[in-house]
Amino acid sequence: MASITAAIKKPIQRLPWWVGPITVTAVLTGFGIYTMVAVLFFDRGEYANYLSPFYSPPVNSPLPAWLSPAIFVLWLPLGFRATCYYYRKAYYRAFFWDPPACSSKAQQREPRSTENYRGERNLFVWNNIHRYFMYGSFVLLIFLTIDTVRAFLPEGSFGITLGSLIFLVNVTLLWSYSLSCHSLRHIVGGRVDCYSCVTGGNARRKAYSWLSVLNQNHALFAWLSLFSLLITDIYIRLLLAGAVTDLRIL
Amino acid sequence: MEEQEAQQKDMASKAHADVHADEEDAAREGESYKLRIFRGDAEGGREVEYEIPAVEGMVVLDAILYIQAHQAGDLAVRWNCKAAHCGSCSAEINGKPKLLCKARVEEYGGQDIRVHPMRAFPVIKDLVSDVSWNYEVARSTIPFTTDEQAPFEMYEEDVERLYEPKKCIECFMCQDVCHVLRTHQKHEEFAGPRFFVRNQWLEMHPKDTERRVEYLKEGRGGIGYCNITKCCTEVCPAGIHITDNSIIPLKERVADEYYDPAKWLMRKIRGRRSPKTGQIIGRNGNRNGG
Ligand code: SF4
Ligand code: SF4
Ligand code: FES
Repeated sequence: MASITAAIKKPIQRLPWWVGPITVTAVLTGFGIYTMVAVLFFDRGEYANYLSPFYSPPVNSPLPAWLSPAIFVLWLPLGFRATCYYYRKAYYRAFFWDPPACSSKAQQREPRSTENYRGERNLFVWNNIHRYFMYGSFVLLIFLTIDTVRAFLPEGSFGITLGSLIFLVNVTLLWSYSLSCHSLRHIVGGRVDCYSCVTGGNARRKAYSWLSVLNQNHALFAWLSLFSLLITDIYIRLLLAGAVTDLRIL
Repeated sequence: MEEQEAQQKDMASKAHADVHADEEDAAREGESYKLRIFRGDAEGGREVEYEIPAVEGMVVLDAILYIQAHQAGDLAVRWNCKAAHCGSCSAEINGKPKLLCKARVEEYGGQDIRVHPMRAFPVIKDLVSDVSWNYEVARSTIPFTTDEQAPFEMYEEDVERLYEPKKCIECFMCQDVCHVLRTHQKHEEFAGPRFFVRNQWLEMHPKDTERRVEYLKEGRGGIGYCNITKCCTEVCPAGIHITDNSIIPLKERVADEYYDPAKWLMRKIRGRRSPKTGQIIGRNGNRNGG
């Protein structure tokens, strides 16, 4: 395993410094455009017992019909990701080039002058409300988990379909992403300095250690769950368009 | 005596091949390496190219010491342990901070090897930069404070998080690579990743009673300048997850204090809770109830 990672890492490290930031820019922009189009031009994402994660939970919208009610929900996961410590790193590097990469050559390309750099002190100070988006995201996750259970109930009784497996993978990745959140890790145990001094300290320490393991893979979950969201939504749209038929496995 | 020396030589890893005495043994027939080394001082300077005989397992510091011994006696370089422990030989190889004693020449597989001093600090001469600014920041750090008498009785589960920050060898490469210092020159207002590592250790120490969030946010710490872009983590030779395990936990503590309206309200109503004991310790007291 280690040798495989090393074998992949070496050639990646040899790539020019701008490959990383440009790739991230392309992927995040692509995701942004897809979401915008989906939300602005498609008012529903429901097929049989599948509800697209973009539209969950369904809300009654007072807005004109062409504007999807999804926007009442989407701000929450978008806010969660936009203020996430990992995505912050990704977009500061990719979109703001602050810095685009670590080498001296890359840092010379930083567009902001010495005086203009404020880091997370001005506008981006708002990223500090991340924990509130996290709380909200867990509420959403409960809905998405219920949607997943429903996906396993085609025609009312238990069955496994390709769609239900996609839902399962997606919701697992979303839970992994949210549980690996830095703010959660802090609230659960990071803020305690002496576990043996506080009531319930041992349980908190154990939970903290467990979340810390997940946290080490936070970036990985951030990307995988982004793709799984996309794939789930695309799959439902393909079903809606009649382009594919759902594969029944069991 | 001789036996001892021979034994020591045996023990020395190949990475530390002794270029002064042994070069014939390990030298690769006819092969050579080219290095471009910064020669100059605070006023300026230029890269000078040196060619040296290739020795198997050689590290960049070996190459530089060879040059010093055979080609440029006045080449300035700082080093001590040659075992990646003392953090003295930090410099930049091809624009990235490295410990000269740990970077193998072979790793650069035929690429140019360009060695410069750390650029976030003033250059003294050639590869040596003046890192004393870091000691000023160290003095500004709120020291370990306790009302108990050492030796302390502490439990493993309370101190396991303190091992990682303690691995720091003060090479200051994280400071060098940090764009807040290197590119934006915020030396007056920003303590830098090395000192966030230090502050994390202090803050999470079960026996320490001081509060450092004000220092970190309003004071010399300047943690708001850090945009968690992780270059420091990428270069740390001790493998400390500086951003994830030191900076972000401290940013979260700052958020508790300054950016969490619910926490603020609770403090107003109920008073401050001690992260040590969970007890209410009054509105403005320090963490242990002072
Ligand atoms: S994560 Fe913060 S401290 Fe570390 S290099 Fe980046 S800006 Fe500097
Ligand atoms: S934290 Fe790592 S990179 Fe920074 S000074 Fe310590 S050992 Fe060096
Ligand atoms: S830090 Fe990434 S989700 Fe909280």
